[in-house]
Amino acid sequence: MIEVNGRSVDFVENETVKDLLKRMRYIFPNVVVKINGELVKRNDFADTIVPDNSKIAAIHMISGG
Amino acid sequence: MVNLMNVEKAEKIRLKLQNSSVGIAGAGGLGSNIAVSLARAGIGRLVVVDFDSVEESNLNRQYYFRDQIDMVKVEALRENINRIDESIKVEIFNHRLTKDTMDRPFHDVDVIVEALDNADTKTTFIEEIMQKLPNTPVVGCSGVAGYGKSDRIKTKRLGNLYMVYDKYAKDDDKDVLVAPRVILMANWQANIVLEIILGEDK
Repeated sequence: MIEVNGRSVDFVENETVKDLLKRMRYIFPNVVVKINGELVKRNDFADTIVPDNSKIAAIHMISGG
Repeated sequence: MVNLMNVEKAEKIRLKLQNSSVGIAGAGGLGSNIAVSLARAGIGRLVVVDFDSVEESNLNRQYYFRDQIDMVKVEALRENINRIDESIKVEIFNHRLTKDTMDRPFHDVDVIVEALDNADTKTTFIEEIMQKLPNTPVVGCSGVAGYGKSDRIKTKRLGNLYMVYDKYAKDDDKDVLVAPRVILMANWQANIVLEIILGEDK
């Protein structure tokens, strides 16, 4: 299992951050992601594998300010 | 009767804030209101970066006045802050923050505030600051558009990143930007800044 924004979610082997965000239906283009406290930059979403038992935080950045 | 304990505590807080510095990226609806609030709170030094000038359409939420239209925002903001307290040092940079050099103005501040408008720029800024200045706390904001729904706003903390966050809000091209919600979230950010700076002293 992995934890995404406090929710328990099934672990999928060799799943990238990009795939996980898609599976979670996080469709916003701008997301800040941390896995076990470490930042994963947007450019690395497609090549970063989500490890089992990890804690993922994803924050949507919404325009306006 | 004077409560000596409170006088001592208030003086300790005043000194701590006076010796602190805060960097603010953006001087629009969030940044202008955050800067003024932190100035009133007594933060001694502010570093503000923005490339824009004041427009009439800004006046429904940003801390500027009609007679400042067309003025460079960071200059107008410094003027307004120094009308409140002329002892506050306001360092201004009138340029656009661009990828790979976004951290530059903020190397010698205690806390950095993300007060930008575009979602893509916000994300780039937060990524870059977290990577290059990992020990400096960053206070960001996402989801200011609209009105009402104050109870949806949360503080979300991820290590050194503090986000004032309404994940259900729409982008600002699909909803209005108006004073109450923008200023509410701006002051929410400013309030987190004080909490970070004062820490155990509170």
